[in-house]
Amino acid sequence: MDNILDNKIINYGEAIHEATFQEMANDDNVFVFGLGVDDPKGHYGTTKDLHKVYGKMRSFDTPLSEDGMTGIGIGAALAGLRPIYVHQRMDFLLLCMNQLVNMAAKIRYISSGEHSVPIVIRVAVGRSWGQGAQHSQALQSYFMHIPGIKVIAPTTPHDAKGGLIASIRDNNPVIFIEHRMLHKNAGYVPSEAYEIEFGKGRVLKEGNDITIVGVSHTVEDSLRAADLLKDVGVNAEVIDPISLSPIDYEIIRKSVMKTNKLLVVDNGWTTCGFSSEVIADIAIKCENIKCERLGFSDTPCPTTPGLEKYFYPNPSSIAITANKMCGGNIEWSPPEVTQHEIISFKGPF
Amino acid sequence: MKKKFDIEKAYYLFLLIRRSEEKIIDLYNTDKIKSPVHLSIGQEAIAVGVSMALSADDVIFSNYRGHAHYIARESNLDKMWAELYGKSRGSSRGKGGSMHLNDWNKKFMPTSAIVSTAVPEAVGYAYALKYKNKNGIVLCYHGDGATDEGVFWESLNFASLHSLPIIFVCENNQYAIYSHQNTRALDDPIVDRANAFGVKAKKIDGLTTEDFYNATSECVNKINENPNPYLIECMTTRWRDHVGVTDPELSEQQKDSIRIAIDNDDLKNLEKKLTKDTIIKIKKRVEFEIEKAVNFAETSEFPDKPELYDNVYG
Repeated sequence: MDNILDNKIINYGEAIHEATFQEMANDDNVFVFGLGVDDPKGHYGTTKDLHKVYGKMRSFDTPLSEDGMTGIGIGAALAGLRPIYVHQRMDFLLLCMNQLVNMAAKIRYISSGEHSVPIVIRVAVGRSWGQGAQHSQALQSYFMHIPGIKVIAPTTPHDAKGGLIASIRDNNPVIFIEHRMLHKNAGYVPSEAYEIEFGKGRVLKEGNDITIVGVSHTVEDSLRAADLLKDVGVNAEVIDPISLSPIDYEIIRKSVMKTNKLLVVDNGWTTCGFSSEVIADIAIKCENIKCERLGFSDTPCPTTPGLEKYFYPNPSSIAITANKMCGGNIEWSPPEVTQHEIISFKGPF
Repeated sequence: MKKKFDIEKAYYLFLLIRRSEEKIIDLYNTDKIKSPVHLSIGQEAIAVGVSMALSADDVIFSNYRGHAHYIARESNLDKMWAELYGKSRGSSRGKGGSMHLNDWNKKFMPTSAIVSTAVPEAVGYAYALKYKNKNGIVLCYHGDGATDEGVFWESLNFASLHSLPIIFVCENNQYAIYSHQNTRALDDPIVDRANAFGVKAKKIDGLTTEDFYNATSECVNKINENPNPYLIECMTTRWRDHVGVTDPELSEQQKDSIRIAIDNDDLKNLEKKLTKDTIIKIKKRVEFEIEKAVNFAETSEFPDKPELYDNVYG
């Protein structure tokens, strides 16, 4: 795994496909289902042709019935299978909440460990090109709130593959969040199957002046912001938590003890969210840390690009906030950074 | 092949359920049972008839009104009582209570306290049996209230779409707490709706244990020949309140239906078919088993503090 020669450059979506393909080969109990998983598009290619290799029982289309299908997946998991339920948008999980919260998260506890629910719920978070109020929501905090559920939101192709394999092998229900704007990102990915660890984050860029913690796609924008901040002499440390439940508080505490400043940039609303949780931990466990946060504006997501650009944090807004926290010039306005993945995305879906 | 209906066994199971729940009523005001209870009194014939038609490979999904199903499956009575008492030797080590009984030795799955919520799980389990090419049938008990939920019909649709080996047993007592089925649906549409979803359905209005046994046996035989989902709508009457041990605050309509049901109590009918010696023998056995179970609960400890955190994740 560490031999770079064995690695190859593939994109995030391909990494998910490879993880699924390998785990289905590795374990007959693994199967994939969801609306359109066996159609020609194969859920953005991530489930393409799995049914041709592994058969219809192990990769199948479903009635829309999200509530029922979630329970059916949970029932199959109770019987020893390892289902992966794929959703084209995270917004659809609101149709599955009863099953996820009341059943998946509880059955181990109420049976005192006799039964477990090793199900993976894969969800794409949408953004750009008019996704609007009901196709863009990132609801990680809903699931972080519930004991019994794990949540993971990898940013890199490497962690997408290792994170999905870890999720499939995990004996708990896992919400696996993949941002649509990350699917085309390429990176080195080991060829063989491997896991990353739940509850372990990663320092993606080292720095001494401020700690920036992103979530999923905002990790990428935080890295861009760190580049902008170099122009004003601010050396930011950027952390990718990867796992949102459990959270790697240690890596964040260690970083803020060095920088004394924490900026959390959530890919989601701030109220009762990931940022609240991380800042609360730092407020309790560390002394004299200046904290700030960014996230979705406190509104539904507007469809028009004319307003959508104000809805999300972006590399400039992250850099400006970080620079202010570091005592920089409040008038500073960095050059606009092109977010290629957003500009290049064309619908309809 | 269908086995002959064993009256002696039916009487034993029926009496064990009835007396266990009467014991719950006796003890309830002592506050030793620290859990809501949803009694099955009046509905026992279904659980007994259905369970006797099943085999050890079959998997049971029940619900919060599950004492009868649990006992009829011959699950561990000591552990049920310890669970009602919230003790660490209970079926969930005290962390489930009456609404989440389970006994994996009898393939009795943890029950859910939310109406219709375990129905898709039952279907998913049946999918797994087919996936693994395993023997067995899934038996899913639910009430008429469950059929008010959308997820119920989503589940039936998937079960028929994939020809899954599952029997839905609808215990229709006509009431969701105090809401009569007439206020929730036009006529009684359950059989017609199930048939429309591709699940062959039949209504059994006989109220006798043997009727429910025969109907279930018939479905079991058909599934063994050719896996497909079936639904049996079992008409029944709940004699007590939805939850707790009190009598319902009766309307005239309820009074009539309960009076008729009590007059036709199948426990009495079964008893008439047995000899005095057999009845005495079974009554003694039942009282002994309940006393032993209550004693097991009384002498068990509450779980210790560290158990609060056990089995959240695994």
